[in-house]
Amino acid sequence: MRAGLDPWPFVIAAYAVGVLGTLALVGWSWLAMRRAEARREKARRK
Amino acid sequence: MHGFANPKRFLALARWLTPLALGLGLVLTGGALAYGFVAAPAERLQGETVRILFIHVPAAWLGMAGWMTIAAASLTELVWRHPLAAIAGRGAAVPGAFFTALCLVSGSLWGRPAWGAWWVWDGRLTSMLVLLFLYLGYIALAGASAREGASSRIPAIFGIVGVVNIPIIHYSVLWWYSVHQVPSISLGRSAMAPAFLWPLLVATIGFTLVFAAVVLMQMRALLADAQAEARMRRKALDSDMRHARTIH
Repeated sequence: MRAGLDPWPFVIAAYAVGVLGTLALVGWSWLAMRRAEARREKARRK
Repeated sequence: MHGFANPKRFLALARWLTPLALGLGLVLTGGALAYGFVAAPAERLQGETVRILFIHVPAAWLGMAGWMTIAAASLTELVWRHPLAAIAGRGAAVPGAFFTALCLVSGSLWGRPAWGAWWVWDGRLTSMLVLLFLYLGYIALAGASAREGASSRIPAIFGIVGVVNIPIIHYSVLWWYSVHQVPSISLGRSAMAPAFLWPLLVATIGFTLVFAAVVLMQMRALLADAQAEARMRRKALDSDMRHARTIH
């Protein structure tokens, strides 16, 4: 650990990128799946 | 395993497995990260920056596991021609690329206070960056071959060839001099204090379950798109044939 450098901004940034990025990936994948499955149902009904 | 290559059986399994893996994964990951951020003790040498461990190590593991999934799916596709294998490979590509990028970013945020540098061109960091480029290449290649209706064999071969990079990443810190530390955990041995080891295992299991849920969601989206397109084509073909019969 290098003296004189406050570690907390680095820790907070790593957690923010990790948590927000993972939630964004989950949300985007969920929406893409729901949209694709709705398209399939629509194609079945036509 | 051959039974699950059937899209109907896969969907029946994936419909209940997706929310289960996602829910359990988010609970375990959230708990481990809350402990890591708030309650984990500062380490003797690394100080408070050791908390980044609970994000960085699972991300590194999933970056490599993602490519192993692509390689296994590619081999399955080439050898057994499973209808779902190409979809499984494509499904693992985006989450694998995300976790590789997260490993690089969190490592950089750890490196600045620990080494005094955001980035060094050593074996471990460089081979991990190569893995990210391999993911981007695979995503572009698999996407283009699906869009153009071309054979999925070329992305599959790329997926198998790219696996050469995985042992290079793993052994890079032993083969070449590096500022990156050597592995603290291996099969049956750990040099890590229990206060870090157990929450790290929980975080790794949690992130792995989230990864599995995202792969299942991606696979379901790709499969639904392919099925919708096949149905539309069949209907267009039927309509053309009916039209041709009416004319004659």
